[in-house]
Amino acid sequence: MSRFVGKSFKRVEDPRFLQGQGSYVANLQRPGMAYVAILRSPHAHARIVGIDASAAEALDGVIAVYKGQDLIDGGVGPLPCGWVVPELKIPERWPIVPDCVRHVGDGVAVVVADSPYVAEDALELIEVDYEPLPVSLGARATTEYRATQIHDGIPNNTAYTWALGDEQAMRKAFAEAAHVVELDLINQRLIPNAMEPRACMAEWDAAMEEMTVWTTSQNPHPIRLLLSAFTLGIPENKLRVISPDVGGGFGSKIFHYPEEVVVPWVARAIQRPAKWVSTRSEAFMTDSQGRDHVTNVKMAMQRDGVITGLHVQTWADQGAYLSTFAPLIPTALSITLFSGLYKIPGIWGEMKGTLTNTVPVDAYRGAGRPEASYLLERIVELGAKKMGMDPIAFRRLNLIPAEEFPYQTPVAFQYDSGNYQGLFDKLEELSDYGQLRAEQQVQRAAGKLWGVGVSGCIEASGPAPSAVAGSLGSAVGLWESGTVRVHPSGKVTALTGSHAHGQGHETTFAQVVAEELNIEIEDVEIIHGDTGRIPFGMGTYGSRSAAVGGSALVRSAERVREKMIKIAAHQMESRPEDVYFDDETRTIRVQGATDEGMTFGAVAMAAYTAHDLPPDIEPGLDETAFFDPSNFTFPNSAHLAVVSIDRETGEITLEKYVGVDDVGKVINPLIVDGQLVGGVAQGVGQALWEHGIYGEDGQLLTGSMLDYAMPRADRFPTIQTGRIETPSPTNPLGVKGAGEMGTIAGTVTVANAVMDALAPLGVDHVEMPFTSEKIWQTIQSHSDS
Amino acid sequence: MYPANFNYVRAGSVAEALSLIESEEDAKFLAGGHSLIPTMKLRLAEPSTLVDIGRIEDLRGISYGSGDEPDCIGSLTSHATIATSQLPCALVEAARGIGDPQVRNRGTIGGNIAHADPASDLPTVLTALEATIRVAGPEGTRNIEAGDFFTGLFETGLKDNELITVISVPREESGAGSAYAKLFNPASRYAVVGASAVVTLDAGKIVRARVAVGGLTATAVRCGAVEAALEGNSSSADAIKEASSQVAADVVDDILEDVHASAEYRLGIIPVFVARAVQSACSRAA
Repeated sequence: MSRFVGKSFKRVEDPRFLQGQGSYVANLQRPGMAYVAILRSPHAHARIVGIDASAAEALDGVIAVYKGQDLIDGGVGPLPCGWVVPELKIPERWPIVPDCVRHVGDGVAVVVADSPYVAEDALELIEVDYEPLPVSLGARATTEYRATQIHDGIPNNTAYTWALGDEQAMRKAFAEAAHVVELDLINQRLIPNAMEPRACMAEWDAAMEEMTVWTTSQNPHPIRLLLSAFTLGIPENKLRVISPDVGGGFGSKIFHYPEEVVVPWVARAIQRPAKWVSTRSEAFMTDSQGRDHVTNVKMAMQRDGVITGLHVQTWADQGAYLSTFAPLIPTALSITLFSGLYKIPGIWGEMKGTLTNTVPVDAYRGAGRPEASYLLERIVELGAKKMGMDPIAFRRLNLIPAEEFPYQTPVAFQYDSGNYQGLFDKLEELSDYGQLRAEQQVQRAAGKLWGVGVSGCIEASGPAPSAVAGSLGSAVGLWESGTVRVHPSGKVTALTGSHAHGQGHETTFAQVVAEELNIEIEDVEIIHGDTGRIPFGMGTYGSRSAAVGGSALVRSAERVREKMIKIAAHQMESRPEDVYFDDETRTIRVQGATDEGMTFGAVAMAAYTAHDLPPDIEPGLDETAFFDPSNFTFPNSAHLAVVSIDRETGEITLEKYVGVDDVGKVINPLIVDGQLVGGVAQGVGQALWEHGIYGEDGQLLTGSMLDYAMPRADRFPTIQTGRIETPSPTNPLGVKGAGEMGTIAGTVTVANAVMDALAPLGVDHVEMPFTSEKIWQTIQSHSDS
Repeated sequence: MYPANFNYVRAGSVAEALSLIESEEDAKFLAGGHSLIPTMKLRLAEPSTLVDIGRIEDLRGISYGSGDEPDCIGSLTSHATIATSQLPCALVEAARGIGDPQVRNRGTIGGNIAHADPASDLPTVLTALEATIRVAGPEGTRNIEAGDFFTGLFETGLKDNELITVISVPREESGAGSAYAKLFNPASRYAVVGASAVVTLDAGKIVRARVAVGGLTATAVRCGAVEAALEGNSSSADAIKEASSQVAADVVDDILEDVHASAEYRLGIIPVFVARAVQSACSRAA
């Protein structure tokens, strides 16, 4: 019987966040601080003819102005791409560009000043002579022959092509198909907008030749590695990277950014601590963006509606440069999920990664998997329509049966566990699906546009087996580290290489460690985000923290426990196999003995005094484990949404949302529900409102909160969540990822509901986001009157 | 987001505010700061001096009129105060839909109309309500009718160094009702389009109608054609719908277009919001 795992605990980190006591990079101060501001290109594509910074340099309070070439001459290297698919063409990307800008927001010069106000004043005094160049835009259009080539050596602006699956089986399926459905669709550009904008601070210790960098990163160790090996050249053992409290990332803070190179370089150059804090305006034009896929999808079916083949061609806009993991998202995180929840023998996915004069695109919550789910669940919806079947009945016909796990898809992945029929059973029950369809009849009879949408989605989370990641192009391993350090008094510090920026690790991981060691949650302190304190770790993304990072902590706690049993057995003069951790008394006791046994603290103290240890046992209680999972985990879901549409204005109201998820074992249901509900809101945001729009000249037209529409709480009904639990066999906790499914499923579920609402007008598909105007135009063009 | 250098002075009275603004080159009044400060941070505005009028208590609050006396709203009155007031429903409704609680708590009616954003709700409502805007300046005080106050995109009839002091709104006569209806911009919550109506009913007939729309053109527009079609006619849904379609005759030139809405869409849906405002005003009048 578990005491902590599986139970809802309020997050222990929240009091400090809610009371404004969080320690964010922007709040940190060092004596003698200098402030960095970056001059950004107003052009989407232009050659830099000259830069005159003399007026800025002369301004009182300005310490220095640096141009791109100054940094290159000062030893700075280009930003690397960390995911290398075959024959990848990597465009050169300098932290500050020396000669040519390739998107609005590209860094052109660096000002360092005594105050952020002076730094901003100085930016206005720098004169840059630009020679504007034609811009190339559009994931697919940029590959066409007339398009301007953005980088030398990358013809057709195509950085890579990648394909996966069984082409022969696909061709056979289409040749023999009774029915084929086809759809062209766009998964639009999104802008992540974490609540906290990025920031970076650095301090150089000249005497020790040591650099400390504070940065808003989801993964400080990989950032240290990249800074050391590629961009800054300071040895890893002289470089400490700290990611303190971070206010949201959603993927956008995984990557190695130019400012993380510029700020420490400046701090060393001027021998003063230096800090840069992004404005929201800068965030819009420099944080890596999401999605932006243009897709053609075809699906083949037998006479009875059984799906036999899927053929997908996608053009993925990667922006002006390849961000750190950009090529991973449309390839190994997207095509690999094309099988969805279904048994489809012939799947073939082809992907082109293309370059445009826009902000680089990389992982954004869901990362590749929302794109996969969107195209698959949209074409499945059309398949159901073509067959004249209820969308749930059509999905049920094609689901992978529960007894076939582990299930090998034709697109590389082997699904760990699941009960997909069970998901839909639960969804139908929770949503009262039959009643909803009856109500729809009534609404439609009254002339209302009222739709019910469903989806069944799969996710690959918890990356990953390192060997598999390597074979797919990863430049790093994707294991995780965990250290459990029991202090002599019995208090515990647990170190994790994963990083929390909203996920609640300090609570969830304390639950896990307290459970393993039979102690209280308050006795466990979780430390993350500091390369100076924690063994190398890979950070947080891909819903990996619990499955990989939590498992590493379980492994190290198990080792601590085994050692404590040996020490206690020795001290109590019994055999280790007779000693156990007693849940009721919280002591370590001997089986069948009547005495009180030893307290956790007493055994810990014995380990450190080392006066009387078994002969083969070293002093101390400090264990580290590196957990490399045997497989990804495969969370899965069945979601449902109800929408109504105002015929007169095109406005959509989300009336109801129900999500049933299998995220394996749940450690903290409150936190998991928070992840799912927040994820759904973000997913619905893509369906209904969010769109990063670039003008023909490459200007970002939605460059502020006045124009980029984020989801708001008052536009949502209560989001109901339900769960089924099939434990993942690939990690000791049995958990699957929970961080992204809401986003993956939310978008297409609402899209299907909107299309269902518009179905009486004869509408099959509308591109996202479903703005009032787009829906109004659709209604206008499909109405008789 | 750091503004350019500026001086800051605080005025204790209207007279002091007027004297301070006179004595400084290129100075601006600061009220709630919800439009001015962001534009300064973006360096779209770089005033040399801010004259903070935020603590002039005489300018804050509502004094309700009686009989023919209008309700008088101090220019520093916050949207939140208006949203919970006894002022005409149209104004209360519009104030409730502005921004979010933080914006409503800080933003002021005077600052809002002085900024004259074409997507703002209050100019539309004040135009329909036939409000009067009292301003104080170096040459004394004067009154400007709301319909004349808004002169262009972010442009008003305010002269240099004039300060809005009071917005006076005629009290609703018996049998009258008012309303505001808008399509929210999903990002900013400004109006993509908005419509306000003030109607007086007598035995099911609309005897007086004042209608204005905003968000379509540079300024709020009084809808004479709609008013004419409404007055003397029934307040049935069909009659209102028919009259509301006349709005096309009231807004003809230079319809705004942006990433949120084309001119075609704005023109296409404005009759719907006019009808909704009129309908709702009628139901309140009844």
